[in-house]
Amino acid sequence: MSEEYSLEIVNPERSFLLKDDVTEVVVPAYEGEIGILKDHISIISFLKPGIIKVFSKSGEDSYYVNDGIIEFKNNNLSILTSLILNLKDIDKGKISEIQKSAEEELGNSEISDQEKYLLDQKIEVLKSIN
Amino acid sequence: MASLDDLKKRISSVKSTQKITKAMKMVAAAKLRRAQESAEKGRPYSDKMNNIILNLSGGISDIENAPKLLSGTGEDKIHLCVVMTSDRGLCGGFNTNIIKKAKLYFQKILDEGKTLKIITVGSKGYDQLKRVYGDNIIERISFKESKNVNYFDADKVGKTVIEKFENKEFDVCVIFYNQFKNVITQIPQEQQIIPLKTTDEETNSSDDNYEFEPEEDEILSNLLPKNISTQIFKAMLENSASEQGSRMSAMDNATRNAGEMVDKLTIEYNRSRQAAITKELIEIISGAESL
Repeated sequence: MSEEYSLEIVNPERSFLLKDDVTEVVVPAYEGEIGILKDHISIISFLKPGIIKVFSKSGEDSYYVNDGIIEFKNNNLSILTSLILNLKDIDKGKISEIQKSAEEELGNSEISDQEKYLLDQKIEVLKSIN
Repeated sequence: MASLDDLKKRISSVKSTQKITKAMKMVAAAKLRRAQESAEKGRPYSDKMNNIILNLSGGISDIENAPKLLSGTGEDKIHLCVVMTSDRGLCGGFNTNIIKKAKLYFQKILDEGKTLKIITVGSKGYDQLKRVYGDNIIERISFKESKNVNYFDADKVGKTVIEKFENKEFDVCVIFYNQFKNVITQIPQEQQIIPLKTTDEETNSSDDNYEFEPEEDEILSNLLPKNISTQIFKAMLENSASEQGSRMSAMDNATRNAGEMVDKLTIEYNRSRQAAITKELIEIISGAESL
C-alpha cells in the first residue's frame, strides 16, 4: 500500500504548491509541531510562524510560513497561509526585513500577550534561518 | 459650413484623441490579462477558506456563544457599507454601476430608519458619493500607490472593519464591488460579510468529525477575521479585473467612435474643398465669358 497523500499550499495570490506524492508533512501548529502521515484523522488547526517540512518521494523541502490554517481530510492536506517562502531560494534581505518589522511591532506596548508570544516565535525562527 | 482650416484642425485633433484611446485600450488589455490571472489564482484560497468555515460553523452546537462575527450582534440598526471602486476614471460605467447599486441599498437603509455608515475604497467612489452622502462617510481608503492588488492592502481594510465592529460601531457590514464575468459584462455585487451568511447548500457536508487543535471556538474566532480580509481581497481582485475589462471595452468604443468621426469629417472636408474649387472655376469661366 502506498504511503503517499496529496498536499496543496495556497496563499491569497495563487496556489503555491501542489503535490500528490507526499509522505509526511511537519507543520508548526499552534500547540506544537504536528507530523502528518497518511490516514491521519481529519484535523483543522492553526499555524504559528515557523518552518513547514515536506517529505516526498522527490525529496525534502522546507518553507517558512508566517501564519496559516491547515485542514486534513480524506488524505488531502490543505495549507492556507498569507506568507510563504521557500527556504531554498530565500532572500536574506527579505528575511531581515520581516524580522525588523516584527521587532518593531514587539516594541509596541499595546499588543496583547498572545501577539507578543507569536512575535517572539517569529523572530526566533527568522534568526535561525538567517 | 466650417472653413477648410477648421475642419483640418478638427480632424487632426480627433485623430490624436483616437491615438490616446487606442493606447489606453492596449494597456488595459495587457493589464486585464494579468488581473484576470490573479483573480483566478486567488480563487482557491477564498474557496478553501469558505469551506473550512462552513465545516466549522456547521459543527457549532452552541449558537448563542458563537463568535459575534458569525452570528452578528443580534441587532440590525447600524449598517456599514464598504464601497469599492477604482482610483482612476475613463473606464466606462464601472464606477457608476457600483455607485448605483450602493445608492439603492443606502436608500433602503435610510428609508427603514437605520443608521448608515460608509467606507469608500478607491477615490472615484468617494468623489461620486461625497455630495449626497458626505456626512455618512466615516473613512476613505485609497491604494493609489500600490501598483497591483495585494493581500496586505486588503488586510488593512479588513482590520479597519473588524476594529470598528469590535468597538460596536455597526451591526451589519456589506461590501459592494463588481464581479468580473467577461470583458463586456461586469456585475455589481453586494455581499454581506458581517454577520457571515452561510449558503445552506453545503452545510450538511460537515458530518465528518474533525479533530480541533486548539479548541473549535478559538479556531473560529481566529479564522473569521481572516475570512473578512480574504473576502475583501477577493472583491478587490474581481474589481481590478472588472476595471480593466470595463476600461478596455470603453476605450475600444471610443476608438471606434473617433474613427467614425474622422471619416465623417474627412468627407465633409473633401466636399467643401470640391465646392470651393467648383466655385473658383465658375468664377473664372463666367469672367472669361463676359469678355
